[in-house]
Amino acid sequence: MMLFGSIDPALLLASLMVASTPILLAALGELVVERAGVLNLGVEGMMITGAICGFAMAVNSGSPALGFVAAAAGGAGLALLFALLTQFALANQVASGLALTLFGLGLSALLGQGYVGLKPPATIRLNIPLLSDIPFLGRVLFSHDLMVYLGLVLVALVWAVLKYSRAGLILRAVGENHEAAHALGYKVVRIRVLAILFGGACAGLGGAYISLIRVPQWTEGMTAGAGWIALALVVFASWKAGRVLLGAWLFGGVTVLQLNLQAAGLAIPVEYLSMSPYLITILVLVIMARDKSRAPGSLGRVFYATQ
Amino acid sequence: MLRLEKRPQPSRLWTWLTPVLAVLITMLAGGALFATLGKDPLEAIATIFWRPLFGEFAFYYRPQLLLKGAPLVLIAIGLSLGFRAGIWNIGAEGQYIVGALAGAGVGLAFYPAESWMIFPLMVLAGAVGGWAWAMIPAVLKLRFGTNEILVSLMLVYVAEQLLAAMALGLMKNPDGHGFPGSRNLRQYESAHNGELISGTGMHWGVVAAFIAVIFAHILLNRHILGYHIRLTGQAPRAARFAGVRPARLVLFCLGTSGALAGLAGLFEVAGPAGQVSIDFNVGYGFTAIIVAFLGRLHPVGILLAGLLMALTYIGGEIAQSNLGLPAAAIQIFQGMLLFFLLAVDLLTNYRIRISSREVA
Amino acid sequence: MTLSRVLTTAALALGLATTALAQDKTKVGFIYVGPIGDGGWTFEHDKGRRAVEAHFGDAVETVYRESVPEGADAERAITEMALQGADLIFSTSFGYMEPTLAVAAKFPNVKFEHATGYKTAPNVSTYSARFYEGRAVQGHIAGRMTKSNIIGYIASFPIPEVIRGINSAYIHAKKVNPDVDFKIVWAYTWFDPAKEADAATALIEQGADVILQHTDSTAPQAAAEKAGGVITFGQASDMSEYAPLPRVSSIIDNWAPYYIARTQAVIDGSWESVQTWDGIGAGMVGIGEISEAVPADIRDEALALKNAIAKGAHHPFTGPLKKQDGSDWLAAGEVADDGTLLGMNFYVEGISGQIPN
Repeated sequence: MMLFGSIDPALLLASLMVASTPILLAALGELVVERAGVLNLGVEGMMITGAICGFAMAVNSGSPALGFVAAAAGGAGLALLFALLTQFALANQVASGLALTLFGLGLSALLGQGYVGLKPPATIRLNIPLLSDIPFLGRVLFSHDLMVYLGLVLVALVWAVLKYSRAGLILRAVGENHEAAHALGYKVVRIRVLAILFGGACAGLGGAYISLIRVPQWTEGMTAGAGWIALALVVFASWKAGRVLLGAWLFGGVTVLQLNLQAAGLAIPVEYLSMSPYLITILVLVIMARDKSRAPGSLGRVFYATQ
Repeated sequence: MLRLEKRPQPSRLWTWLTPVLAVLITMLAGGALFATLGKDPLEAIATIFWRPLFGEFAFYYRPQLLLKGAPLVLIAIGLSLGFRAGIWNIGAEGQYIVGALAGAGVGLAFYPAESWMIFPLMVLAGAVGGWAWAMIPAVLKLRFGTNEILVSLMLVYVAEQLLAAMALGLMKNPDGHGFPGSRNLRQYESAHNGELISGTGMHWGVVAAFIAVIFAHILLNRHILGYHIRLTGQAPRAARFAGVRPARLVLFCLGTSGALAGLAGLFEVAGPAGQVSIDFNVGYGFTAIIVAFLGRLHPVGILLAGLLMALTYIGGEIAQSNLGLPAAAIQIFQGMLLFFLLAVDLLTNYRIRISSREVA
Repeated sequence: MTLSRVLTTAALALGLATTALAQDKTKVGFIYVGPIGDGGWTFEHDKGRRAVEAHFGDAVETVYRESVPEGADAERAITEMALQGADLIFSTSFGYMEPTLAVAAKFPNVKFEHATGYKTAPNVSTYSARFYEGRAVQGHIAGRMTKSNIIGYIASFPIPEVIRGINSAYIHAKKVNPDVDFKIVWAYTWFDPAKEADAATALIEQGADVILQHTDSTAPQAAAEKAGGVITFGQASDMSEYAPLPRVSSIIDNWAPYYIARTQAVIDGSWESVQTWDGIGAGMVGIGEISEAVPADIRDEALALKNAIAKGAHHPFTGPLKKQDGSDWLAAGEVADDGTLLGMNFYVEGISGQIPN
């Protein structure tokens, strides 16, 4: 089956899965953070820090798995700075997040000075036996690296935990109304710090996916705005895990699709196509605002426990 | 056990002392960073903070401080009005781009005609462009209740794509051998935002920034609208009883900040930058958010914060070429400064008490 | 005498004083658009700078600034170097053209060299490399090596330099393989590893078994390696870490000889404003080692082509050539003039698709 002459839909969808994974991971983390009522605009900084931490560890240890662990730790480490600023020093979240991105970009560039031009150890692609032989679906769904599946599992996990577990309920309560949650005896600050760390770890994983699998190499500024897209994605998804997956395919898909259309020889206005996910996000915001679902009530507000 | 106690009023003493404290801590931490990179920490710090102001070539750097600081101050002043009222425009970068495109578009449309009227028209177009771009989140907020943080942020990306499309398409210099980028407005007399007094760095954007500081100060302290802004930020419910109409406030705050960001973009594209190019925007709109907070949302504070930011940029540049410090180290240094400034602000609004009992 | 004139004069006096203090060392400055760790464009310029240091030793001091945004920040960076007593300043991105000229007007005694631009002044030279000569060699190898007859081309921006490269590669691929077809993707970036990887993957999935790139990261190389059965060429730097496969050869920007020669000219006092556009012959464009993955006969042909271009025996744009729309461009034996090449905004006959506008 071919579209526009030479685009193979199975391959297109398969590369879409890969292209969407970094932003999916980062956005899932940010979703949990925002559900806890915290707006961390430092995703880009945490992603790039994860990218270099993961790359350095993978190169030095020879193990991509250890690399991803280091990436999660690196991202969470940077997120800890944000947590200290916003949860303990009660600093403004927007400004702290922007500062975090600035800091992360600089830090990663400095850490990465010795790693330019190196090749990381290869991550094995899993060809799931039998399933990967299914025509079409086998190529699209069942022949990827482990991180793609981890991303999908994480979607389900975040969705289930937020929806059905007690921990998820508390997290949402804190995000909706921190005064009320506090009055009920929940440790608002502790819960938020944990959420922020989780968000940092996810962003770090997303960054390392770029430096270890998708590209794979280290260069300064290589996340090239993926963190900002992840932020847009959370909004697009109206803070719902399932829709994050959909959005990641849309945002990742637009780039892959436009490159494929070009390769197939279609003249397309690239800039206008590149705008479309953001315009769609705004549209979604408008539709959503009339719907019941909306942003967490305490999003971005400082919490100070009064006695 | 350390405990925070909210001050009934922000401390006046700490309001002024915290920035100084933050700069001192940054100097220590930054010095340690530079030392680990094998550079003399004292020399590095002196290069960043001292040389642009009082060094050998200060006559060149001082005007550059104005050049670099003006757009930051101009945008931050606009943003601070909204921030005070709890209206969060974080898309100033997009409004800056659209203002520049609108203003430059008017100038380029008149090329090569010469008239004194062209520049004022461009200024107007720049302000209207930024204003219109900011009206999108404002109207959507009022009409549909969408979150202005997110809509204004999304519109930054849209504006960036628009900029690329313009630089590569409609506004491309017909005499530019096919390279992207518009004509150089600095070589078009009627459209050029040049230095008003040679060698001072003063261009219309700097003048506009100073005017904005003064107006913001008057507005906040002497005008009923300023009172409404402050009241809405401090006590939204009380504001409603006092007759504040939130819709008007949203339109005013977003509109003003958009117009000022648009102006900043126009003054930049017609002056220091000179042309519409793909990489025209260098993040002033985002940095201005930080400047607004560093300045404690106070007009005079913003002026000082903008100049401090400019100082670290320019001093950082000198440190790069003189001491061979990597650009990344300067970025980290700036990041640290922001962290510490944000962190010590705690002391302005809270007292730290040592208490024996555990509190929730 | 205006105030700025006075200041400039004072600056020059100070600048001279600084130079004198530094024991008459010649100071050479470099302004880079990216980080020196980009592994491509800026990395190669910085290699040139280090070659200058190694060549002259204590006689020359070099300074550089990386990641300088184009526009007002560039003007300040260049001015700063001039103020600090630089005798010669290389500004290494097209976007620095106007700032370089503006600063040069204020510092008549400092020499400036602007890469890839077209405007000069008495103290401003321009220099660029005839990368299209290297593209011809790539096109030849690509045309001979492809089995699917589909060659993927990752282009950056629709500017003359990139279009020249596409045409040159296509002409030489077509010459050895009449069935060859070029698929061109415009990435609208010089450097975005993730996007470049996606572009390469898209091309490969649509049947391309050769990838040419005019963007700077090694991401397409890695994508080709992952896909298997695809060959690539290094861009800007050798990218030899991907040899022998997928990378079978490369175009290397070699600025070192030029930077050394121009620094020497300043030391000797013989510097003049020139417009340099050098290619393989002068060593500004290097062809990276052709790996053993390329059969010996093809390698010999490619090297012969390279030598012919280096000696001036073959010009990559030699008629008969038609434009894409079928109109005549060059008659048989006619060679394209530099003016047309510098402003090239059309495809040659046979390339499908349109140049985006």
